[in-house]
Amino acid sequence: MPNDIALSMRNISKSFPGVRALHNVDFTLYKGEIHALMGENGAGKSTLIKVLTGVHPKDAGEILIAGSNKEANIKSPQDAQNLGISTVYQEITLCPNLTVAENMFIGRGDYHFVNWREMGKKTVEILEKLNIPARSTQQLATCSLAVQQMVAIARAMDMECKVLILDEPTSSLDEREVEKLFSLMRELKARGVGIIFITHFLEQVYEVCDRITVLRNGELIGAYDIKDLPRVQLISKMMGKELDDISEIKNSRVSHARADIPPVFEATGLSSAAGTKAFDFKIDQGEVNGFTGLLGSGRSESVRAIFGADKVTGGKIHINGKPAKISKPKDAMKLGIGYLPEDRKQDGIVDDLSVRENIILALQVMRGFFHPFSRAEAEKFADEYIKLLGIKTASMDTPIKSLSGGNQQKAILARWLLTKPQYLILDEPTRGIDVGTKVEIQKLVLKLAEEGVSVTFISSEIEEMLRTCSRLIVMRDRNIVGELMQDDMTQAKIMRTIAGEAVQNG
Amino acid sequence: MKSQLVIPLFALLLLVVFNLIRDAGFFSLSITVNNNGNSVLSGNIISILNSASELAIISIGMTLVTASSKGQDISVGAVAAIAGSVFVRVLREHNITWPIIILAFLGGCVAAILCGVFNGTLVAGFKIQPMIATLILLTAGRPIAYWINGGATPTVDSPLLGYIGSFIPGVPIPTPILIVIVFAVLVALILRFTNLGLYTQAVGINEKSARLNGINAAGMKILSFMILGVCVSIAGCISVSRIGLINHETILLDIEMDAILAVAIGGNALSGGKFSIAGSVIGAYIIQALTITLYAMKVSSTAVKAYKAIVIIAIVVLGSPVVQGYLLKLRDKLFQKSKKALESQAYGE
Repeated sequence: MPNDIALSMRNISKSFPGVRALHNVDFTLYKGEIHALMGENGAGKSTLIKVLTGVHPKDAGEILIAGSNKEANIKSPQDAQNLGISTVYQEITLCPNLTVAENMFIGRGDYHFVNWREMGKKTVEILEKLNIPARSTQQLATCSLAVQQMVAIARAMDMECKVLILDEPTSSLDEREVEKLFSLMRELKARGVGIIFITHFLEQVYEVCDRITVLRNGELIGAYDIKDLPRVQLISKMMGKELDDISEIKNSRVSHARADIPPVFEATGLSSAAGTKAFDFKIDQGEVNGFTGLLGSGRSESVRAIFGADKVTGGKIHINGKPAKISKPKDAMKLGIGYLPEDRKQDGIVDDLSVRENIILALQVMRGFFHPFSRAEAEKFADEYIKLLGIKTASMDTPIKSLSGGNQQKAILARWLLTKPQYLILDEPTRGIDVGTKVEIQKLVLKLAEEGVSVTFISSEIEEMLRTCSRLIVMRDRNIVGELMQDDMTQAKIMRTIAGEAVQNG
Repeated sequence: MKSQLVIPLFALLLLVVFNLIRDAGFFSLSITVNNNGNSVLSGNIISILNSASELAIISIGMTLVTASSKGQDISVGAVAAIAGSVFVRVLREHNITWPIIILAFLGGCVAAILCGVFNGTLVAGFKIQPMIATLILLTAGRPIAYWINGGATPTVDSPLLGYIGSFIPGVPIPTPILIVIVFAVLVALILRFTNLGLYTQAVGINEKSARLNGINAAGMKILSFMILGVCVSIAGCISVSRIGLINHETILLDIEMDAILAVAIGGNALSGGKFSIAGSVIGAYIIQALTITLYAMKVSSTAVKAYKAIVIIAIVVLGSPVVQGYLLKLRDKLFQKSKKALESQAYGE
């Protein structure tokens, strides 16, 4: 049924200096389908999208739009838009200080005058048609992220797009918002729009998509109907190996905690200026524990208080049984504590510096201002950890910002591993990175624990924590509301601990 | 070699070639005997290198401040007046001997470093925009300089100062050039044997991340302003030594703009982060070479600035990301054929 094809890409190849990003990739999108584009970081998903939207010129191959036999000539994002290809990115690219209506119509058409009434009327129409809960005169910034994303989609729709690309639209949305977004996507699908959906959340793929195209290392692995490709197979296709690994992790929940010696870190009444209520906390040598709770429950603030990342306002600390003082990150680092922050872009990477400089940064600071590593030493360290963690980078002198998210995260992880910490805090180390790297990081955590390192592991995905932690600290409203050990650690029990308290207080 | 140095070096080369075509003898050196009976080198190269000394030294410090604080210090000229005035005051109150000159220089340094601490604290502690923070001393600096000596143009007279400002007997090269060389080597050694470069860049690129890696971000910013203070005071003392007096109103007037320009011409982002001091120093010499070239072309001194502006626009635009991106694309196009051939070989096609 060639008439049903919305878009087809044939034999697309694209190389960057030193990297072959895409090699002979085919991709077909039908009208009225939601098509997941899956692959690990660096598989070539983004490059494929960027070729399609004219951000990068392709080296070879052809793109056909809507079944026509003539090759589409896409040289810029503007060209793509004129051909009916619209993209909505993870980060919202609208103007938050303008109203919804203005955002819908800004920069469109070549009119010099604005008919405000007409614009408002049309906006209301679209919002109603697509069931978007926003007023046309509302300032965009006052809408929730999900609604902003929907406005971006509505804008794309109103521009008569035939192909809609959603690049990680759900990563900053909560469950209810995701549901809203999905119903909008289904609505568009019914109208015959072809949607390309990129996400790291497997659940969402199976909830909303019809077909899946899998890429790996810049090559096409295959395109499948969703019902023909169970989860396990999808993951193994993305990773290129059988999936014993994940089940292996599940079975290895053995605690290496040593309770016979004083805890590696113990705090009583710790509180910080970021708004944590005073809390007690300890971790034994070789223990993996986790903070869990809803977003905003104070998980991150608590571990930041441990590391001295925010101003510490009270509390006593013992390291290996001896009293200690942590008032700034460097104090914590000297005591053998490492901290991988939640927000990789804002707090983690130093984006213009090279991978090498990013890896050695923490150890270099611990060694001191007057004792820089020689180039050879630094290269040795960087080389060792690039190999150890399998960081994909053109060279160690590449600026870290040009690496994919997962590889950036590995480099930050390398930075802290290099300091040989006795206690490592990992705040959302697996957010926004691919399944393969997630599994690698979880395995690494368990290996560290085996070697006697204590780890605090925080993740929004409870399953991940159940797999790795031997003790969970449950938080709600910036308070610790419970602690779950070995057998009590089930999803249901965690939910009840979070919710149970809410009932009492409410 | 860092790619950011390509454009400034290219600009310098163009200036040299232009001058050679215009006047083949432009760069000729000759040995003359000066008033003090020394045989010294003279010629356009020497006067470019010599008169750019203050600017080169200040642009070194300006580069660090720009990198760490993502802004510029516009008070350097005024602070140079303060440092120079302290230098002059100490000299005037003593018999001028080498220890006294060193003492006077150190006095000027302390004053300029204190100004740096003041600026740095406003920027790092109170999070005030560098340009606004340093506007205070830009306004107040020269009056303070006047107040230090309580007179309009106090003079100091000593052959020893002449050694600093012009020539040491028996050395044919002007002393300011030697001072720049010594100072540049010193800075290079500091960058080599400390983490100044890494920390400054980390703070300028991502302050939050730098802090979480144990770097004292505020401290690094203040330190960069203090280092600039040292640079400014050296420049101020050279300037005083050249003419044996200080005019607080005119000493190193407008040098802040040239210093910022030198940083920009050197390919450094004025928004901070990664830096190249070599680039800024080359930038300083480009500015001076341009001025001397224009003078040699008999352009009147009032018009020089306008001509300078035109050339600088060209350099800055050439170095802008937009043009750079375009040039890269052009290069890719030119080499595409050979590249494709290589690739198909590499992929075994």
